[in-house]
Amino acid sequence: MEQAGKRPRVNLAVEITGLTLQNPVMPASGTFGFGEEYAPFIDLNRLGALVVKTITLHPTPGNPPPRLMEGHCGLLNSVGLQNPGLEIFLREKLPYLRRYTPPLIVSIAGRTTEEYAELAARLSEAEGIAALEVNISCPNVKEGGIVFGTVPAMAARVTAIVKEHTHLPVIVKLTPNVTDITTIARAVEDAGAGAIALINTLQGMAIDIERRRPALANIVGGLSGPAIKPVALYAVWRVARAVKVPVIGMGGIMTARDAIEFLLAGATAVAVGTATLVDPGAITKIIAGLENYLTEQGLADVRELIGALQI
Amino acid sequence: MKLLLQDLEAEVLASHQLGQDVYLLRLHAPLIAEAAQPGQFVHVRCSETFDPLLRRPLSIHDAGNEGELTLLYQVKGRGTAWLARQQSGQKINILGPRGRGFTLPQNKRLALVAGGMGMVPLLFLARRALEAGNEVDFFYGARDREQLYQLETLKAMQVNLFLATDDGSAGFQGPVTKLWEKYIPERSYDRGYACGPRPALAAFACLAGRASLPAEVSLEERMACGLGACRGCVTALQDPSGNKYYENVCTGGPVFDAVAVYWED
Ligand SMILES: Cc1cc2nc3c(=O)[nH]c(=O)nc-3n(C[C@H](O)[C@H](O)[C@H](O)COP(=O)(O)OP(=O)(O)OC[C@H]3O[C@@H](n4cnc5c(N)ncnc54)[C@H](O)[C@@H]3O)c2cc1C
Ligand SMILES: Cc1cc2nc3c(=O)[nH]c(=O)nc-3n(C[C@H](O)[C@H](O)[C@H](O)COP(=O)(O)O)c2cc1C
Ligand code: FES
Repeated sequence: MEQAGKRPRVNLAVEITGLTLQNPVMPASGTFGFGEEYAPFIDLNRLGALVVKTITLHPTPGNPPPRLMEGHCGLLNSVGLQNPGLEIFLREKLPYLRRYTPPLIVSIAGRTTEEYAELAARLSEAEGIAALEVNISCPNVKEGGIVFGTVPAMAARVTAIVKEHTHLPVIVKLTPNVTDITTIARAVEDAGAGAIALINTLQGMAIDIERRRPALANIVGGLSGPAIKPVALYAVWRVARAVKVPVIGMGGIMTARDAIEFLLAGATAVAVGTATLVDPGAITKIIAGLENYLTEQGLADVRELIGALQI
Repeated sequence: MKLLLQDLEAEVLASHQLGQDVYLLRLHAPLIAEAAQPGQFVHVRCSETFDPLLRRPLSIHDAGNEGELTLLYQVKGRGTAWLARQQSGQKINILGPRGRGFTLPQNKRLALVAGGMGMVPLLFLARRALEAGNEVDFFYGARDREQLYQLETLKAMQVNLFLATDDGSAGFQGPVTKLWEKYIPERSYDRGYACGPRPALAAFACLAGRASLPAEVSLEERMACGLGACRGCVTALQDPSGNKYYENVCTGGPVFDAVAVYWED
C-alpha cells in the first residue's frame, strides 16, 4: 500500500456563488429525483452538491405517457415537471435531504413571476437549502418554463424577482433553444444571477412510422444524453467567455473525460443527468476519474483546468 | 466508496433460442435470484457503450436455487438484439430486483391469464403460488401454436393449463380472456392475475370487475432509470373517486390493482 502523505492529494474543491463544493460534480435536476432514489447505490455525501427535481408552487401532474423515447445516443423526454409541489417538498423531502453534507440546491419553476417570487421566499425561510436554481428552461410545460428563458428581458425579470425574495445564492438555468445564448446569459448576470447553469434539454421530436403518430404523447420533448454534448460544450464555452459569474456545465456528460472537457471549456462545475439514469454510480465514477486525471497530469488543483482550453 | 446495492455483473450461464426471435437467458445472479418476487423485473444494460443508451426492463421469468435467474424475451430492437448476441461466460450488468410484484396468497384458488409474452412473469408467479399451497389455473393465449413458449415447463408444474390461439392451432380459438370468461362462474376463484397486451388486460379487468374478483395486472411503460427518479415511466391510475393521476410503473408497479388502473385512453 502506498504511504499516506507521499503523494499530495489533489484539491477538487471549487467555489460557486459563495458555496464551497468539495468537488465540481453534481446531479442535474430531474434526473436524481429527491436523492433518496439513489441513496441505496451511492454515498450522497460524496457529491459536490445535491440538486433536486424542479419543484413548482402547486403539485404538477406532468404530461401523459408515453413520456420517453430513445434515439441514437440520446433520450427524448416529456415529463413536464411532474412534482409534488412546494408544501410536500418542505414537509416530506427536505428533512431527509438535510441529513447530507453537500450543499442542497433546489430547482424552482413558476408559471408566473409571482410564483417564482413565492417559491423563492418560502424556500428561503426553510432550513438546509444552500442555493436556488431558477429553471427558466423546461421545454415540456406550456406555461412558464422555457417562455421565460428565451427573451432576455423576461429572463432578467424572473432573475431580479427571485433575487428580491431571497438571501440565497441564485443560479439561473438556461435553455439552448435560443438564437444567442450569450445574450440571455448576460441579461441574467446583470439581473443578479450568481451563477449560470446550462444547458437544459434541446427541443426535439420522434415519430412512430407504424402508427404514423408522434412517439411522445406530448408530441415534442427535450433531448439529453451523449447526442447533445457538442452543443452543450459549445454553449458553455461561449457563455463562460461572455460572463464573469461561474458556469455550471451539463449536457451529455457520461464519463470523467466528458466532465474534463466542460471544465476546460470554462465550466467551474458540471452536472450529470442522463448518465445517472443509465448507471446509478455514474457521478461517483466521474469524481474518481477526475481525481485520477489530475494526479496523472501532475496537477494539484482542479481549478487549474477551468477554462484552460488552449486555442 | 459504498458498494452498489443489487447492481450486478451477472454471468451468462446459457442463452437458448426458443422461437424465431425469442430467447431464454439463464444468468448467475445470486443476490437478485434470492430476493426476487414474482412480478418484479430487472433493468438490463444492453450495450458496452452508450448506444443503445438506456437499460431495458425485463420481467423475472424464474429464480431458482444456486443463484440462477431466468429471463425470457423477444427481440424487438437494438437492445434485445444485443442481448441475444451474448453467450455463456459473458457478463451482463443488471439492476434488480426492481418494482412491486404480485400479491402471493396461501391455499387459495387463483386464475393466471397470460397473453403472449405476458406469460413471462406469470410462470414465476405460478411456481411460487403452488409452493404456497394454492391451486393455479393457468390460461395462456398466443397468436398460434408456435408462439406458445415454455409449454413443457408449464406442463411439468402442477398447474391446470388452458390454451388459446387466435388461429385455433392449439386449444381454444380466440382471445384468452374469452376462454377464461367461461371458467369464471364454475371455478369460483379467490384472485386473478394478468399480464399481456393492454387491450387484453383491460378485458381481463372488466371480467374480474363483473365477477367482483380481486385482480392484479402487470403493466409496461418505457423506462429510463427504473428507480423512480426520472418520472418517465408513468401510467394513469384513478383514485377511489375516479380522479386520474400518474404513477411510476417502475416503483409503484409494474403490478397494479386492476381497479386502480385508468383504462380509458
Ligand atoms: C416491467 C417490464 C417488464 C418487461 N418484461 C419483458 C419480458 O419479460 N420479456 C420481453 O420480451 N419484454 C419485456 N418487456 C418489454 C421490453 O422491455 C422491451 O421489448 C424492450 O425494452 C425493447 O428494447 P429494444 O432495444 O429491443 O427495442 P427498441 O424498440 O429499440 O427500444 C427502444 C426504447 O423503447 C423502450 N421500450 C420499447 N418497448 C418497450 C416496452 N414494451 N416496454 C418498455 N420499454 C420499451 C426501450 O427500453 C428503449 O428505451 C418488459 C417491459 C417492462 C416495462
Ligand atoms: C428525464 C429528465 C427530466 C428532467 N427534468 C428536469 C427538471 O425538472 N428541471 C431541470 O432544470 N432540468 C431537467 N432536465 C434536464 C437536465 O437537468 C439536464 O439539463 C439535461 O438533461 C442535460 O444533461 P444530460 O445530457 O447530462 O442529461 C431533465 C432531464 C431529463 C432527462
Ligand atoms: S423509469 Fe425513471 S421513474 Fe420509472
